[in-house]
Amino acid sequence: MGRSSAIAHGILAVSIVVIAFPLYYAFVISTQSLDEVTSLPPKLAPSTHLVQNYADAWARVGMGRLLLNSTIVALAVALGKIVISLLSAFAIVYFDFRGKQLVFWMIFITLMLPVPVRIVSTYQVVSVLGWIDTYWGLTVPLMASATGTFLFRQYYRTIPDSLAEAAQLDGAGPLRFLWSILLPLSTANIAALFVILFVYGWNDYLWPLMITNSQEMRTAVIGIDALIPRTSQLPEWNVAMAAAMMVLLPPVAIIVAMQRWFVKGLVETEK
Amino acid sequence: MRRAVFRNPWLPYALVAPQIAITLVFFFWPAFDSLRLSLYRASPFGDRLIFIGGGNFARLLGDPAYFRSAATSLGFSLVVTVAGLAVALLLASLANARIRGLALYRTLLLWPYGIAPAVAGVIWLFVFHPSFGVLPYLLSFVTAYQFNWFLKGWVALMLIVIAAIWKQFGYNLAFYLAGLQAIPGSVLEAASVDGAGPIRRFFAITFPLLSPVTFFLFTLNMTFAFFETFGLIHAVTQGGPGDATSILVYRAWKDGFDGLQLGYSAAQSVILMLLVIALTAAQFRYAEKRVTY
Repeated sequence: MGRSSAIAHGILAVSIVVIAFPLYYAFVISTQSLDEVTSLPPKLAPSTHLVQNYADAWARVGMGRLLLNSTIVALAVALGKIVISLLSAFAIVYFDFRGKQLVFWMIFITLMLPVPVRIVSTYQVVSVLGWIDTYWGLTVPLMASATGTFLFRQYYRTIPDSLAEAAQLDGAGPLRFLWSILLPLSTANIAALFVILFVYGWNDYLWPLMITNSQEMRTAVIGIDALIPRTSQLPEWNVAMAAAMMVLLPPVAIIVAMQRWFVKGLVETEK
Repeated sequence: MRRAVFRNPWLPYALVAPQIAITLVFFFWPAFDSLRLSLYRASPFGDRLIFIGGGNFARLLGDPAYFRSAATSLGFSLVVTVAGLAVALLLASLANARIRGLALYRTLLLWPYGIAPAVAGVIWLFVFHPSFGVLPYLLSFVTAYQFNWFLKGWVALMLIVIAAIWKQFGYNLAFYLAGLQAIPGSVLEAASVDGAGPIRRFFAITFPLLSPVTFFLFTLNMTFAFFETFGLIHAVTQGGPGDATSILVYRAWKDGFDGLQLGYSAAQSVILMLLVIALTAAQFRYAEKRVTY
């Protein structure tokens, strides 16, 4: 047993180092001067230009605005999806109404219509609404969520009927029941969904690329494109890596900070 | 099915209204519009649409570049998925022991999931940089071959494959570890007593018992590689060099937004839509089978 667990620790430690290396390398580059970045052999130790590179990256692409946009988009998409799917799951589980099957299937079918399969026409719809280059266009169209609805539906169905009946006997209406009983019971599911959706909203690329055309409305993952040195440009990879570090930090930090819910979310949303 | 508890003539409709409104306006309308648009092409001045029936589809199916792109997408997705899962499963099986600190390992493995594919791509772009990157530098001691993604299609493809695998790897490993921990040790011990060696035990017991995890990870990685690597391609290789990394989603976007060939792009969307429907159907059939198993 002792030997096999030593092997296990060894394998996991090596995997972790290999996985972490590119990030470490990116960080190291982001602290070097242009001369150090372009020298051979590559230098693998941090240097002294951290502040200057990050300040450069910040100023050149308007990083403050980009990060603000990403924060707004990620929060709005995550919270919007949670609220909308929570409400529709509540209706589907706790009410009988004409057209319920139809509603259920409509939500189900959205699973088969991700953005890449309707690129040009979704752009046209957003443009008809006058939502190009706006926060509305960046967020609202992404707020429908079949996975969220199914997750809450699945969870509500495990809650005994007697709970709702008791609430009814006490004179609580459906909205009261939702707010005071169901919502507090759902916090773990909400947190799980929040981490997944925040990361998704922050990292989404195709949608903001289509919907925005001014640098002020770009999100961070797209806005840093301008800093990637192309063939004919000065190879300022130190500045590009500083920008990359700033963009990847928020979602990674949320995953690490909310790890328990993140794992729950990964498992639950893919069922 | 649960007995519906509450009664109200309008409330349930109000509760589903936001979801249904967004679904209709941003999913169904564009989907139908893609179908319609795929039958048209824009006039030379782009001011009106000309009906051409199946013309766009005929053009696509007669275009070798489109088949190359389909082959690239499929090959790319399969390599990312199969190679990524095989290595993760191998390491997870070797590391499968009752060990302390599994939660800490999990954190240290899972964080790359939070990195956007485009950002992962930028980092690997520099790791692979032909003049300054650490990888070509190390390889230069082994071979005189120039690993230059500016010029060589397969190097560019390798770059995005590695960036994609890297992003998913810790995640795959963490799920396999969790799956392995759930297999009762007594089963493996019994097989061991019966004289089954480690390789036999793996293929006869571990691998079949892990099939739900493998299926889950396979679907997830394929979907990721097929649809969510757009940002990686766009930020890193722009489909090139030539069209070496031009996967289907990237092509549909480029023809629509760069080339302004709306009908042609819509026809590609329709083909992608059929693909997603087929994949979802397959997934559900398999999932149903799995329930009875």
